[in-house]
Amino acid sequence: MAIQFNLNGKAQTVDVVPQMPLLWVLRDTLGMTGTKFGCGAGLCGACTVHLNGAAIRSCSTPMSAVAGKSITTIEGLSPDGGHPVQRAWLEGDVPQCGYCQSGQIMQAAALLAKNKRPSDSDIDEVMKGNICRCGTYQDIRRAIHRASELAGGAK
Amino acid sequence: MNRRSFIQSGTAAAGGLVIGFYLPENSKAAAAESTDPKFNAYVRIGNDDTITLTVHRAELGQGSMTAVPMMLAEELECDWSKIRTEFAKVDPVNYGVFGSPVLQGVFGSLTVRSSYDSLRQAGASAREMLIAAAAQKWGVDKSQCRAEKNTVINTASNARLTYGSLADAASKMPAPAKPALKPWQSFKVIGTSPKRLDTKLKVTGKADYGIDIRVPGMQYAVLERCPVFGGKVAGFDASKAKAVPGVKNVVQISNGVAVIADNTWSAMEGRRALKVQWDEGKLANTSSATIRANFADLLTKPGAVALNKGNFDNAIPGAAKKVDALYEAPYLSHAPMEPHSCVVDVRKDSCEIWAGTQIPSAARDSAEMITGLPKDKIDVHTYFLGGSFGRPGQHVDEAIEISKAAGIPIKLTWSREDDMQHDIYRPASLTQFHAGLDGDGWPVAWHARVASPSFSGLQNGVDRNGVDGIASVPYEIPNFRVEYHPPDVGIPVGYWRSVGCSQNTFFAECFIDEMAAAGGKDPVELRRRLLAKTPRALGVLNLAADKAGWGKPLPAGRFRGVAMVNNLGGFNAQIAEVSVDNKGKYRVHRVVCAVDCGQVINPAGVVQQIQGGIVFGLSALKGGITIDKGRVQQGNFHQYEVVRIDEAPAIEVYLVPSHEMPAGIGEASTPAIGPAVANAIFAATKKRIRTLPIRPEQLV
Repeated sequence: MAIQFNLNGKAQTVDVVPQMPLLWVLRDTLGMTGTKFGCGAGLCGACTVHLNGAAIRSCSTPMSAVAGKSITTIEGLSPDGGHPVQRAWLEGDVPQCGYCQSGQIMQAAALLAKNKRPSDSDIDEVMKGNICRCGTYQDIRRAIHRASELAGGAK
Repeated sequence: MNRRSFIQSGTAAAGGLVIGFYLPENSKAAAAESTDPKFNAYVRIGNDDTITLTVHRAELGQGSMTAVPMMLAEELECDWSKIRTEFAKVDPVNYGVFGSPVLQGVFGSLTVRSSYDSLRQAGASAREMLIAAAAQKWGVDKSQCRAEKNTVINTASNARLTYGSLADAASKMPAPAKPALKPWQSFKVIGTSPKRLDTKLKVTGKADYGIDIRVPGMQYAVLERCPVFGGKVAGFDASKAKAVPGVKNVVQISNGVAVIADNTWSAMEGRRALKVQWDEGKLANTSSATIRANFADLLTKPGAVALNKGNFDNAIPGAAKKVDALYEAPYLSHAPMEPHSCVVDVRKDSCEIWAGTQIPSAARDSAEMITGLPKDKIDVHTYFLGGSFGRPGQHVDEAIEISKAAGIPIKLTWSREDDMQHDIYRPASLTQFHAGLDGDGWPVAWHARVASPSFSGLQNGVDRNGVDGIASVPYEIPNFRVEYHPPDVGIPVGYWRSVGCSQNTFFAECFIDEMAAAGGKDPVELRRRLLAKTPRALGVLNLAADKAGWGKPLPAGRFRGVAMVNNLGGFNAQIAEVSVDNKGKYRVHRVVCAVDCGQVINPAGVVQQIQGGIVFGLSALKGGITIDKGRVQQGNFHQYEVVRIDEAPAIEVYLVPSHEMPAGIGEASTPAIGPAVANAIFAATKKRIRTLPIRPEQLV
């Protein structure tokens, strides 16, 4: 059935079954592969996107819950990698394999939208749903503080 | 033509061979690049001054995409900001590891150390050809010319010619047999920390992994495999699967039944509706308990001798004190963040593979075997890997079979459960230690008997990877005997980041700590004495102890533990600061790691790998794969725990300045963190961790 939603600022219609998770609509139906499949069960955070500005796990979000809402993916976070989180990630060379980083960045962007100057424990609390097997956590923590500064959240 | 459409039509555009990866900012006219004058297998220079350097090792996070061009650029004297890179095609003759004409891939942390000379020579050879062409043009002697930042300079006239203007002529010059390499004092690129070349792609969602590839006409497959290792399909009923919307086909291959659909999710739904009867085979009654009993039985008998120094049997009766311990480690899954996925198109007369895989040459060999096509009709396109940590490319073999059976291009994607339950695991191990101390408390005799499945071949009954980390300890103990048993229990086992050291260094370094405690010695002091003849090992131990403040007071409730390893041609020592709460939960607050890995190519890259390897090693204290009725009992991250950000310690890395041969770094730091933590836990609780994973009930 036709499902309408807003994707990265543009109206989007897809013709899929309503139970189909958003992740696979993004990746397979629309060919937007920046959002990653990691666990299929909301346990790793690799598929994190924003639904009306809040971080959600797209692997566990059926399209029925997306209808009429606004979705932002890594492709739509900024026109050219200029979001403060992306700039901080670039500056700190955070990614290693990089596979989890779309999800990490989307989660961090949602965190900073709510909490402009998070403490280490604020960061841990929100980011612990996002696994990085390369172990970039220390660099992620540093980059979130840096993104906070770049966004004007310091002091 | 943008990068993605280039990939999709790559076969026609590039003769099906030279497809790589192009930095997007330099991606215009990428398809035309293969006509650029070619100097050797690694260097192409366009008439427009573009310099394309080949990365002959897959990028799985370890930084090959940056370190490999650095070694080439050092000798090529090119402007780092103007290079572009591409992944190599499969061509083991040019890109094989240690000159192997058959094996091209990433393993053994060998990317830098096996290529340090050959890559610099490739860069130097191209530079000499450019200089020769310039000298000819100017009619001067080559000695009057030097290269700098993409130009050759006539040192007498100060005239300059760009590499691009020389490319045609230079590429036709004879390649010098042994071009002179710079002494390290002249390095301009090696030893610096340029930004990783893949970061921009990876923070914008534009990096393509095997799972991201789409080709025209492709359909999506998932594969139902026998839950019991070694089992086979006895029969299946696909009627309900085929009724699931989106499902297009169901095909049987050698190890299971594939459901093919117009998207991954429909394929997964179809698989849930699929009914397969299995012949579960020999392992249907195997469990972790039967496996352990098998290992324990072997430990009652002498094993094949892996190392025999002095005479343990003669020395042990005279020992003033004896120490005995039995250590145990579980099977472990690699659990990279990217579940296995790739695209394969088997056609009548050719085969094309788009994959992230550590060993692309093995992908081609598999395709040759499965399709019967000759090697030159098989193309393998290498993409980023979302981790890997030693995983073999099982998915490629399966996808080749599925595409061949279905007659269309197929993307096969493993679920997380597939990935965890059909991995090729780090082997479990049960290891018995005995040691004797002299009257002053110093070790004089050490005996280890290992029972751990073999996966890399036996020589005189010993798999070196089964005893690495014990037989290879840097310590000088006069009587030292290591024996090995390879139990054959049917669980698939293989390489896992840091291989044998991943469990054996845990055992050996914890047991050394036991010897120190039994002899009343400080653990650092004991190691120092045993390392007197190994200055590089002693060097990292002393550096770590100094930076960590070993012996100095700690905040209340914190305790230190030390461990070290010599692996991959280098050394590292780690000191962990740990607390344990009254519920038996431990927390690692700080880790200091001192590393001697010879000449460092990219210091920032080394620090990343050391930090990441430590987090990986910390996860190995938490997770374990267990078996019941021949099946893996863990399926996802709620059952196989890994370290998350709230458990990640602050890690400080100190590099020993060195110009020795580069050592491997991707796996270097994984082994020593576990024992450093366990030894700190002992300092905190007086309880020894001898069985992994660590459980809170062990510590209360």
